[in-house]
Amino acid sequence: MEILVCVKRVPDTSENEIELNRAGNDIEREDLVYSVNEWDNYAMEEAIRIVEKNGGNVTVATVGGEDDEEVLRRALAMGANRSVLISDAAFAGSDGAGIARLLKAFVEKNHFDLILTGAQAEDGAAQVGGMLAALLDYPFAALVDSIELLDGAKLKVSREIEGGNKELNEIDLPCVLSIETGINEPRYVGMRSIQMVAAVEIPILGAAELGIDAASAGKAAAKVHRTDYFMPAASKGAEILNGGRAEVIDRMIELVRAKGGLK
Amino acid sequence: MSMVEAIRSPVEVAEWLSLGKILFLVIHFLGLTLLIYILTRRMTPLLRGERDPRFDRPWLRLATVLQFWLAQWKHPRYRGAGLLHILIFAGFMILAVRSLALLIFGLSGHAGFPGEAGHLYDLLTDWSASVVLVCMIVAAVRRIVFHPARYAVPARYGKGHPGDAIFLLGLIATLMLCDIAFAASNAAVLVQQGKAVEALAVGSLPWMLNQALIVVPLPVLLNTRVGICIFHELTFYFLLCYRPFGIQFHVITSLFNVYFAKLDRGTVKPVRWGAANLNELKSFGVKKFEDFTWKQMLDFYTCADCGRCSDNCPADAAGRPLSPRFISIKARDYSFQHYPVFGRARAEDARLIGGIYSEDEIWSCTTCGACEEECPLMIEYIDKMVDLRRGMIDEGNVPQSMQKPLKALASRGNPYGKMEKKKADWIDNKEFREGCKVRILDARQSAETLYFVDSITAYEDRIQAIGRATARILDHTGEDFGILGAAEKDSGHDVRRFGEETLFHALRGHNVTAIKASGVKRIVTADPHAYNALKNDYKDVPPVEHMSQWMARQVKAGNIKFNRLEDAGAVYTYHDPCYLGRHNQVYDDPRDVLDAIPGLKRVEMSRCRDRSFCCGGGGLMLFYEPREDQRMGVLRVRMAAAAGANVIVTACPFCMVNIEDAIKVAGMEATMTAIDLTELVDKQIVRRIRTEVREAPRAGTGNV
Repeated sequence: MEILVCVKRVPDTSENEIELNRAGNDIEREDLVYSVNEWDNYAMEEAIRIVEKNGGNVTVATVGGEDDEEVLRRALAMGANRSVLISDAAFAGSDGAGIARLLKAFVEKNHFDLILTGAQAEDGAAQVGGMLAALLDYPFAALVDSIELLDGAKLKVSREIEGGNKELNEIDLPCVLSIETGINEPRYVGMRSIQMVAAVEIPILGAAELGIDAASAGKAAAKVHRTDYFMPAASKGAEILNGGRAEVIDRMIELVRAKGGLK
Repeated sequence: MSMVEAIRSPVEVAEWLSLGKILFLVIHFLGLTLLIYILTRRMTPLLRGERDPRFDRPWLRLATVLQFWLAQWKHPRYRGAGLLHILIFAGFMILAVRSLALLIFGLSGHAGFPGEAGHLYDLLTDWSASVVLVCMIVAAVRRIVFHPARYAVPARYGKGHPGDAIFLLGLIATLMLCDIAFAASNAAVLVQQGKAVEALAVGSLPWMLNQALIVVPLPVLLNTRVGICIFHELTFYFLLCYRPFGIQFHVITSLFNVYFAKLDRGTVKPVRWGAANLNELKSFGVKKFEDFTWKQMLDFYTCADCGRCSDNCPADAAGRPLSPRFISIKARDYSFQHYPVFGRARAEDARLIGGIYSEDEIWSCTTCGACEEECPLMIEYIDKMVDLRRGMIDEGNVPQSMQKPLKALASRGNPYGKMEKKKADWIDNKEFREGCKVRILDARQSAETLYFVDSITAYEDRIQAIGRATARILDHTGEDFGILGAAEKDSGHDVRRFGEETLFHALRGHNVTAIKASGVKRIVTADPHAYNALKNDYKDVPPVEHMSQWMARQVKAGNIKFNRLEDAGAVYTYHDPCYLGRHNQVYDDPRDVLDAIPGLKRVEMSRCRDRSFCCGGGGLMLFYEPREDQRMGVLRVRMAAAAGANVIVTACPFCMVNIEDAIKVAGMEATMTAIDLTELVDKQIVRRIRTEVREAPRAGTGNV
């Protein structure tokens, strides 16, 4: 089975103190550390497991710049067979639809049975997976938390729906799935395994290589524009309970019960 | 036996004796051949194991053998069983020398050691057999009637074989009985033949038996003597050839295991001995049995299944799925199964994790070293744990809870993912700043002494107080010191012990460069994990001291004086951190500092010094979510209460986190508190009034 996993490099929310920059149009990017988007990590692990069990190849792709290579290298260290960087000066400022068009161009130049994306990115809008499926005219399932191969042409996937219930679907291949965290336990990718793939060439695909009109992506083609970036004003939310332990617990139970959390 | 019965005349006796001699030679020859064959087969996996250079420092190794093997140094730690073992061991040694002598003298026709010394020696052997026999009976009674808890085999580790031990005791007892009977009958024969006979040791079992045999007719005596002798030899060789099949193997391997024991405390073995470039290794750590080194395999053979390790293991006590004893026994059984004495060796590429070991079992170890400290046979466990973890890390098999801190260590240099520029925030405390200026060192700003803070002290709110106390004490004695601030990354101590060797190398490389650039001459730290890393894992850095050592020196030199402790009800107890105590043998310095504080009442917990009980583990262990019945820390806090203490003094930031948590979990907030040694010293120190002080000391700030 040939699987494509679309990934994104994002600021690591557990290792940064995210602050607005002075202009107020972005976060402060200096002194940030990045990692692969958490949902994408689960998608990669799932793809690698499917291939380990059934054979095939995992290709990992990202749209971005030079710096984004690090998540592709990590993907190789994790066990992906191939990774590609979709990058061109003309792609800068793409909106979700632009990114989806670039990925579509890449998919059409290759053959994939299955395309996985994270359900959303930590700094994203959860839109690329669905758009990519629509552009390709592939079936799509979002928020997938388990995948089972039925035969060569079908998958059985489950999705968690509101209230913790599960829904089971059969879906025809090729298809696009957006993957929920918790679908597996991603493996650890240590420094050594990244060093082992340090010399691997990662191809960079621009507009020419993808055979795409540069005007179909990038800032000019974008129809969604970010107009502001701000921290919402802190609302009066938290109430600190003071007093002895027993007293605090009693008061807390009372409050939770009043809000309907306990019956 | 019909031949023996047929012997009647002295001529026949002579014939029989010469026949007997041949028979003896045949038994010896067959026995030794079989033994050599068995031992050769047992060597097979060792020859396939990884290399392990243990042939250096022969004199030190010899001294280790004399202390731990010949003098049985660790045995008295378990008084009853230890004493029993010492007696049996001593008896064995004496009898082994006699057996060898008999073999040599027997073949050459002499009768024993000559002279007065020889006579004394014979008396000793008469007693040896008697004492060993009595010990066998005591040991059997102990096992059959009293069932010591440490021999029990929990169901999850397989089935126990209590019969094996009894069978072995029986074999040895038989051998001793033969020995006694031979000595007695031999003496009786000599008396009846009117030959010179050396007196048997009065009161010993051979002497008693001799009293009974003296009246037995000579031919019967002669037959008896020969019969006993053959039976003795058969039992002897059966026992010898049976040894390599179980716990009794240690009788043969212990000498070698102790000789080749690890000599460097606090260190971790390299990923692979002799590998100059780690990047060229295809695989890291132990994944299959043959990835162990030959010495690690010898450890497995040597385990006597005595259970002393697990009896002291805090993970086992807390109900984690780890018992060091079964780390050895399961691997030994694997080895016996795949490398049998009879039949073909069946090496298979099977993973140990998921096979004989579970992931949780290997992650459960805090590397506290209690098992190694206790093992009378010097079996090593920590290096194996680290090697198995290296294998798991290499395959990406790491618990989710530990992946984030590992990733943060790689990108930010600390497990919390805090920003580097905030590493020195702990000194940004208004009250602290007024009294104590801490310099941040770099290529331009140097000092005599570096205070290596490490991640937990720099970033954890509660632990920052230990950092400030340390700095104030250094400042008080006029030490010219500074910190590295943002340039200091995690020491990587526990990164290495959790098997992430490559990451450890990166952290160490960074820190060594920063330390050298600072131009300091000494390093102090209040964190035993950092101390052990700097002392034993780093090379080419200035000498390092733990604060307890540094403070003990200052107290002795009169540079630190204490105010009287005004709390009549407080009873202190000192908790030995594993990486200060067991791994680095610093037991007295912290106690000396405590005892220098006037009015401080101190008690010892039953498990103290080299038997200290781990608080729950430091470094990455804080992030691991173990399966356990209760926290180690809770057990430890209860031990402190049992000792009559209400203040636990620690000298390690991780101990502080674990013990303070445990006090809360145990609901003992009202009766127990914890304080770091530096905090206590900082509180009690007599502050000098500096002449250049700009403002008068304010009451309550604790600063000058």
